[in-house]
Amino acid sequence: MRETLGTTGLVMNEPLLWEKGGKGRCGFSMPRRDVEPSPIDEGLVGTVPDFPELSEVDVVRHYTRLSQWNYGVDTGMYPLGSCTMKYNPKVNEKYAGLPGFAGAHPLLPPSMVQGALKLMYDLERFLSEITGMDATTLQPAAGAQGELTGTMLIYAFLKSKGERRSKFLIPDTAHGTNPASVSLCDFHPVPVKSNEDGILSPEAVAEVMDEDVAGILVTNPNTLGLFEENIREISEIVHGKGGLVYCDGANMNAVMGIVEMGKIGVDVMHVNLHKTFSTPHGGGGPGSGPVCLREHLEPFLPVPRVVRENRIYRLSSDFPHSIGKVHGFYGNFGVMIKAYSYIMSMGPGDLRKASQLAVLNANYIKESLKTVFNLPYDRPCMHECVFSDKRLNVHKVTTLDIAKRLMDYGFHPPTIYFPLVVAGAIMVEPTESESKETLDQFIETCKAIAKEAEEAPELLHAAPKNAKVRRLDEVTAARQPCLID
Amino acid sequence: MRYLPHTDDDISGMLKVVGAGSLKELFSIVPEDCRKKEPLNLPGPLTEWELDRHMDSLAANMATMPEYKVFVGAGSYEHFVPSSVLSLLGRSEFVTSYTPYQPEVSQGTLQGIFEYQTLICRLLGSEVANASMYDGASALAEALLMAARITKRKKVAISRLIHPHYREVVNTYLWPTGYEVLELPYLESGKTDLSALDEMTELGAVALQSPNFFGCIEDLATLGQKASGRGALSIVSFTEALAYGLLRNPGSYGADIVCGEGQSLGIPQSFGGPSLGIFTSRMKYVRNMPGRLVGKTLDQAGKRGYVLTLATREQHIRRERATSNICTNQGLCALGAAMYMASLGKRGLRELAKLNYDKAQYLKGRLKEVGFKIRFDSPTFNEFVVEFPSDFGDTYNRLLDQKIVAGLALGPYYPELANHYLMGVTETKTKEDIDTLVKGIES
Repeated sequence: MRETLGTTGLVMNEPLLWEKGGKGRCGFSMPRRDVEPSPIDEGLVGTVPDFPELSEVDVVRHYTRLSQWNYGVDTGMYPLGSCTMKYNPKVNEKYAGLPGFAGAHPLLPPSMVQGALKLMYDLERFLSEITGMDATTLQPAAGAQGELTGTMLIYAFLKSKGERRSKFLIPDTAHGTNPASVSLCDFHPVPVKSNEDGILSPEAVAEVMDEDVAGILVTNPNTLGLFEENIREISEIVHGKGGLVYCDGANMNAVMGIVEMGKIGVDVMHVNLHKTFSTPHGGGGPGSGPVCLREHLEPFLPVPRVVRENRIYRLSSDFPHSIGKVHGFYGNFGVMIKAYSYIMSMGPGDLRKASQLAVLNANYIKESLKTVFNLPYDRPCMHECVFSDKRLNVHKVTTLDIAKRLMDYGFHPPTIYFPLVVAGAIMVEPTESESKETLDQFIETCKAIAKEAEEAPELLHAAPKNAKVRRLDEVTAARQPCLID
Repeated sequence: MRYLPHTDDDISGMLKVVGAGSLKELFSIVPEDCRKKEPLNLPGPLTEWELDRHMDSLAANMATMPEYKVFVGAGSYEHFVPSSVLSLLGRSEFVTSYTPYQPEVSQGTLQGIFEYQTLICRLLGSEVANASMYDGASALAEALLMAARITKRKKVAISRLIHPHYREVVNTYLWPTGYEVLELPYLESGKTDLSALDEMTELGAVALQSPNFFGCIEDLATLGQKASGRGALSIVSFTEALAYGLLRNPGSYGADIVCGEGQSLGIPQSFGGPSLGIFTSRMKYVRNMPGRLVGKTLDQAGKRGYVLTLATREQHIRRERATSNICTNQGLCALGAAMYMASLGKRGLRELAKLNYDKAQYLKGRLKEVGFKIRFDSPTFNEFVVEFPSDFGDTYNRLLDQKIVAGLALGPYYPELANHYLMGVTETKTKEDIDTLVKGIES
């Protein structure tokens, strides 16, 4: 094998903020005091918070060193299934930082914020077009909040018909946020088993569908990376008993310009701007989870909505059936800018091409590694594929060991132990950002690790050996939590 | 396209391995009646240089500092952000990294968030903080849900002086649960009327915002007494985190949950988002908390490190019985807030907070001098309510033309307060800016 990607390097130790600094240091240019101090009732004043005292150099060194302990998309491939860790374009960051956007107060009169309102109005239309739906709200701040919003729209719709249903169908391949979100909306999740092909069958859905079921929450393509081929029939079954279809659009990256969600019976769905639409993950957000829907759900959309009259944009709350608000203002506007810029940069042809290449990349990995790792569903996949550690268990090697050993070779591990329907799951989603060379390097690396599993499994059990910290004690961290200093 | 590396050779080589004749064939599994037949009806693509011009023209249609002087807070605050913080936060190892589920390759994020949790607890006087919620509004909604879980009660009381948008979000979140949301009125002083609690029974939580929407500092001692007296959890919310650089923190009054908006801590206003939902509580409630938690631990060589912990509360483990559905939160904003707090430090924090207070007091004084009424006499931090004559609308619009935003009209939120405006002042306004505003209002 060529030289591996993973190596040791110049990585510094760095203590906690309060373990460094010195009394009197400050890293902030204090604004000029041009007004007199004003008296304040001493009873209202607190003791000064025990913050560290650091110079600007202290702070810069601290965070520069910390950043060097992190793997990022800019470092290398993140084959994380269900996360769509594609490249985060730098121009997007530039536009989000433009003073006109970054410095805008959300409560200014509409005449003073036309740029932002137009951007939101246009982005709503772009997302409606891409999903094949009639309307969009940009308010939810993440996919899970989108799920909650969409579920509430369904709740509101049924309520407007005088109905009160208590159940929601959730496939066994669902992401954890799915049952959690419907529960927040006072629905009881009812599981639906996928068939031996890894997809939902109409019979399984029909068996549990009744007039007490508000809807079904499907993910399409699903978390096994498979297209839910029976989706139209399933939608008909659900609609037939007065339920609605929610689609978790986290996997939209597989089907942009290829599948029309509105056509396949979806009533409402969310998309993740920090997945499909290239906005960065930030180590845990901020993301954005716009919800796209058919017109029968439009009256219930959160307010305010961006409306346009004679080319002038404004915000209107004049929607009496709205479910209200899920965000203090209008959603993560700074994230919307990045998705908007991405869509404008790619254009319709390249968005479609991105999906095609994402699917090509995943199938290439599937074909190349199916002789190396166990492939539970040997069928064409979409943008991600799922393996398991079954073949390597005989050497006492687990998915966790494989993941940790990948780090030594310079790769971020794939998603592990999800979806739950596959024991020891290894979910790989390369995204269209990865070149053939990178994929080949990943494939070669997996082969090398599989060989090590056979010949020298202790290398995997001891992995990662190149990392700054190794196999942290998560058990004690949970039993005796130390959450602040 | 520069984000798509595949050459034609790459594609044909890979298609051979996959056993497909074309890219289209990869989708043969998708039934015909699910397919999009026409190309997507979208603009673009634009070259980077065309897009620069397009975005510049959109951004130019926005009113911001320094050209515009905006004297409004109301949940979004103009504060200076050091270039050092912006530069550090732009490091791509922070920006482009994933959730730290694999701790060995995410120690930067994990230590950064551990430091954030610690500093926020020191700011608010709390015992534990999570890694963030979406914003102050949803943080409050989730705090009420948490209190309902803990007390097993279905009724909560919230002050009318909590930010009107926060109250709307609370109503939306609590609507499907069927919990009852009671509203506490306010007094002439500009504080919440806590005596209204005396009539209420079976409450799971009582929530105030301090400083409240009128900018007034609430009586957190009485909140604590009355809430615990009724077996309810006390929740203190806030929209201006910087206030606690000066004011006595809610934790010191024994608040059970302290949650709010952290945008003031080095996060750009950005037309309302992304922001930072701060969520903290007493340690005894930690297993009921929503959101991610970073904990300190040791690795197998005894070296100190950080991991996500107590994950059994969360959706990916507990699913429908999770404490919340939250997954992606506002992690990078929390990191930015930590950088900001680290840069300010102990001395800087107190000085900056006092400066905000003093600037607002200066505007108050000048307005009083020229004959305007400060509506509420309770102490405030950096926002307060002024009563203007009924024709002030004309003055307000004239000032807009002069690029001055003279406060936020309260009429739409509190119909009984027509002609009242919420004025906000931060360290970003000079004495000259303030004098110009007063002069403009006077004339």
